[in-house]
Amino acid sequence: MSTIVLHGRKVVGGVSEGEALVTRETVSGWGGFDPRTGKVVETRHELCGISLKDKVLVFPGAKGSSGWSQYFHLARLAGTAPKAILYNRTTTKVALGAVVMRVPAVTDFDSDPLDIIETGDWVKVDADRGVVEITKKSA
Amino acid sequence: MKLTDDEQRMLDGGEGPAVHRAMDLLVRYGEALGAERLVPVNNVCGTFVAAGPMIREFASKGNDAIFSEFNLDSTERVEMPQVKAYTCHLVMGIDSKHPEMNQGLEETVRIQKEGEKFFGAKGVNMLATCTPYQVGNVPVMGEHCAWMESSAVIYCNAVLGARTNTEGRESTGAASITGRIPYFGLHIPENRVATHLIDVKVPVDDMMDWGILGYAIGEMVEEDIPAFRGLVAQPNMIKLKHFGAAAASSGGVEMYHIPGVTPETRSEEYAFGGRAPLTTLVYGEAERRIAYEKLNSTAKSHDVDFIMLGCPHNSIEQVGLAARLLEGRRLSANTSLWVFTPRALKEVADRSGYTALIEAAGGHVLTDTCPAISRIMPKDTKVVATDSAKQAHYLPAITGVQAWFGSVADCVEAAVSGRWNGGLR
Repeated sequence: MSTIVLHGRKVVGGVSEGEALVTRETVSGWGGFDPRTGKVVETRHELCGISLKDKVLVFPGAKGSSGWSQYFHLARLAGTAPKAILYNRTTTKVALGAVVMRVPAVTDFDSDPLDIIETGDWVKVDADRGVVEITKKSA
Repeated sequence: MKLTDDEQRMLDGGEGPAVHRAMDLLVRYGEALGAERLVPVNNVCGTFVAAGPMIREFASKGNDAIFSEFNLDSTERVEMPQVKAYTCHLVMGIDSKHPEMNQGLEETVRIQKEGEKFFGAKGVNMLATCTPYQVGNVPVMGEHCAWMESSAVIYCNAVLGARTNTEGRESTGAASITGRIPYFGLHIPENRVATHLIDVKVPVDDMMDWGILGYAIGEMVEEDIPAFRGLVAQPNMIKLKHFGAAAASSGGVEMYHIPGVTPETRSEEYAFGGRAPLTTLVYGEAERRIAYEKLNSTAKSHDVDFIMLGCPHNSIEQVGLAARLLEGRRLSANTSLWVFTPRALKEVADRSGYTALIEAAGGHVLTDTCPAISRIMPKDTKVVATDSAKQAHYLPAITGVQAWFGSVADCVEAAVSGRWNGGLR
């Protein structure tokens, strides 16, 4: 089975793996995500109704309310958080959210993860080394 | 990250366990951002009281435990010291003075009152509004701040010229007791210049126009910094408040430039720091209509139950306008009307007779929170009408209601008739 390796910058350290959930739309916290269920609830979002729980979330970055970190903080306490997050655009919302979620997080990749990772791929994240290993579902 | 001797001493526990935890969070956060250092801040706006519906579940553990977990990201319970920076509280979970909102929530009222007492005694000023700049916290140009509340952050940066990123509950908690925040993003002058030029081809004048423009631009530029050409009518605080709240809801806009209006924008060239725009986007009739339709995309029924004004919290001028529009009239038996304003301005509304006019018509003037934050609306609300693009964006996602967006006058007419007859004019 073929694997692809991406390199990026550690945001939050740790090692984790799981099934990828990929969106090209930025993600909201407060007002767009329900920490009790882990689901996206933003009405016009392509992931609306889909749970982020235990996924490796691959997304452009965060948008919306300053409650972003608090809602993903609550997701950690409720056990509905993603297993790891990979994103492109560093903002205070997503960086603080990653820190308080306490899951491995990587950004600043050598190639765009949105072009390479598809929903359903298996993704191993070694955030301490900044290495992401992707096994394609179709391979 | 490079720390000063003072910061290193705080990290090493020289100012006690809470400050140690706060500095540990700021270092983890700064490293996550790729920041090189911290910057002193003496103006913090955050959230402390266990106000939100989910955090209330943790309230039985006490306010030090709430502060440790949600304001410092510390699993270990530490005792909150006096704040070191000037710190203000943003919106809360409930309006504890108004029974219309409290519908059997006596326990929540008690938790909030205890929280106010606890955090007030630590030096947190209970402004209890999403608009601290309407009730006395008005930072000056260049002042480094650590603010939450996306609608206040964009106002602070663009309209006041002060400097803050969109902070979160944990980072403002840490900033309040250390007087530090990562030196990143909009704290750095080079990052405050515009990236996108928006060529506005339609008149933008009343509050509804500004709300629609903000909602459209947020989707267009997301986290980037727009500068505007073609905005001829002079805006005021109310219009820019609504514009910014909308742009920070559909996107993540934290800063913008309007030549001749915003203080860091002497001219269009100046807005871009002498560089060319990355891209130029047009806001014309089509873009305006699309944004309006998106704002109304959840609305199906023209029978309206609930009219919500005051997101972000109304200025006294807006409360006065609602009062005048309602004078001598009576709400439909099928509708409720709630007008939100900061508690300090409610005092002014009471003295000016506005509260009495709104109440005589059957409406209520409420403070401290909003339906999106509290998740409290009149019983059995299915269809909401609001003059706020931000509330029209969030309420359907958070509570499952339908939402109409329109002008203040359209909303007041809906309150009186029970029917939505608003539209894009």
